[in-house]
Amino acid sequence: MTLNSGDVSWMLTSSALVLIMTPGLAFFYGGLVKRKNIINTIMSSVILMGIASLLWVFIGFTLSFHGDTGGIIGDLKWFGMSFDTLKDITYPYPNTLGFAIFQMMFAIITPALITGAIAERMKFGALVIFTTVWSIIVYYPLAHMVWGGGLIFQFGAVDFAGGDVVHISSGVSALVLAILLGKRKNFGKATYHPHNVPFVLLGAALLWFGWFGFNAGSALAANGLAIHAFMTTNTAAAAALVSWLVIEVVKNGKPTLVGASTGLVIGLVAITPGAGFVPVWAAIIIGALVSPICYFFISVVKPKFGYDDALDVFGCHGIGGIWGGVATGLFAQTSINSAAQWNGLVFGDINLFVRQLAAIGLTIVIAVAGTLIAAGIAKLVAGSLKVAAKSEDMGLDSAEHGETAYPAFNGMD
Amino acid sequence: MKKIEAYIRPEKLEEIKAHLDTLNLNGLSISQVMGCGQQKGWKEFVRGTEVDYNFLPKIKLEIVVCDERAEDVVNQICDIAHTGDVGDGKIFISDVGDAIRIRTRERGLDAVK
Repeated sequence: MTLNSGDVSWMLTSSALVLIMTPGLAFFYGGLVKRKNIINTIMSSVILMGIASLLWVFIGFTLSFHGDTGGIIGDLKWFGMSFDTLKDITYPYPNTLGFAIFQMMFAIITPALITGAIAERMKFGALVIFTTVWSIIVYYPLAHMVWGGGLIFQFGAVDFAGGDVVHISSGVSALVLAILLGKRKNFGKATYHPHNVPFVLLGAALLWFGWFGFNAGSALAANGLAIHAFMTTNTAAAAALVSWLVIEVVKNGKPTLVGASTGLVIGLVAITPGAGFVPVWAAIIIGALVSPICYFFISVVKPKFGYDDALDVFGCHGIGGIWGGVATGLFAQTSINSAAQWNGLVFGDINLFVRQLAAIGLTIVIAVAGTLIAAGIAKLVAGSLKVAAKSEDMGLDSAEHGETAYPAFNGMD
Repeated sequence: MKKIEAYIRPEKLEEIKAHLDTLNLNGLSISQVMGCGQQKGWKEFVRGTEVDYNFLPKIKLEIVVCDERAEDVVNQICDIAHTGDVGDGKIFISDVGDAIRIRTRERGLDAVK
C-alpha cells in the first residue's frame, strides 16, 4: 500500500491540531482559577505533553493497539515503536506510525482533562505519579477496548473520537479524585471567581480549533466522513454555546463569556462519540440539549452533594460525554458510517442503544477502580495527595513552582 | 490646610478629574482600592453558581487644599460623583499639619499651591 499524500497530510495536520488542544485546555483551566494558582494549573496540563508523549512511545501505543490480552489490553511487542515505522500498515490508515502519532495526542489531553477537578490544592508530584499510573491502568485499556479491537469493540458499541475513552473516563476519574483529595480551604465560603475570563475564551477557542483534528481526524482519512464529522462538530458546539447563553439569560438575566466558553466546550464533548455516526440535524439536538443537562449538574447536583470538582470536569466532560454516548445510540445511522452495525433508537433499532449504555457503564467501572488504585499509589509515593494548608494559602504557583504569573507592581518589576 | 479623601465610583474619575483641572488646585493623587459599604459587595454568576463579592473596586482620590476652598471642592465632587444608587462612595476631610515640596523645600500652603 502506498502512502496517499492527501490522507497523510490530513492526519499529520489533525495530530498537530489535537496537540494544541492541551495548551488550549491549560488556558481554559488557567483563566478559571485564582491568580495565585494559574502557573500550577497550566503546568498540570503542560507536564503531560512531556510525560504522556514519552510513555506513549515506550509502552502506550503497544499496550493499546498491538495484540490482545483477554479483550482488556494489548501486549508489549511494539515496545518503543519497534516496528517498521516507514512501511507498517497494520492499522486502517496508510502508515501505522502515523496512526500512533494521531493517537498519542489523545493520550496527552485525556489525563490533562482530569487536572481541572483537583485544581488549586493537589501536590504537583502526586499529580505526576497519578497521571502516569492512570494512563497505564485506565487510558491504555480503554483505548484498546474501544479502538484496538478489545471488549467494547467486540460487543459492537461505537465511539467515534473518544466519548468513552477520553471524556467519560477523565470526567468520572476527576470526580473520584476530587472526592479523595478533599475540598479546597474555605470551599463554599470564600469567593471563587475566574481571575482571567479572556484566557478562558482563548483556551476554549483553541479547544474548538483543535477539536476539528480530534473529530474530523478520527475518520483516519481525507474523505467525506472527515468532512461530515467536521460539520457535526462545529454545529454541536454552536448549538450548545447558544443554548447555554439562553439558560443564563432566563435564569440570571445576563449572558456571560464564561458561560459561552463552557457551552461551546460541552457541545464539542457531546458530539465527540457520535461525530462520524449521526446526521447533521442530530448534532443540533445533541448540542442544544447538552447545556441544560450539564447546567443542571453543575448548578444543582454539585452543590447538593458538596464535592469540590473545582472546574467542573465531571459536570462538563463526564456528564457531557455520557449524554454524547447515549445520543450516539439514539441518532447513529449505518448509512453515514458502517462501523456502526445498527441504526440508533430513534430509527427503531434498540441494539446499538443498549450497547452504548453497556460501554458507558463499563467505562465508569474502569475509571472508578483505576482512579482508586492510581490515587493510592500516588499517595504512597508522595506522602499525601494534598499540599500543606500553608501552601494552599500562599498559592501553588510560589509553593510548588517558585514562579508567579503576575508580579505585583512595587517599583521593582 | 485640609485633606479631602474621596472614595468614588471608578467610572466617575475622568469627569471629576476634568472638573478639578479647571479649578487650578495643583495636585491630585488617586489610588485603586477595594471596599464595601452597607451593601457588602455584589453578586455575579459563574456557570449558574452565585458568587458573592465582598468588596468592589473604588477609586480613592486625595487632594490637599487651603481651608477656605475645602467646602466648595467637596460640594463639587459630591455633585459629580452622585448617582443616587447604592455605592456612590464617601468623602473624609481632615486637617493637615504641614506640607513640603521636595524640589524647593517650600513649606505649608506654598508647597500645595
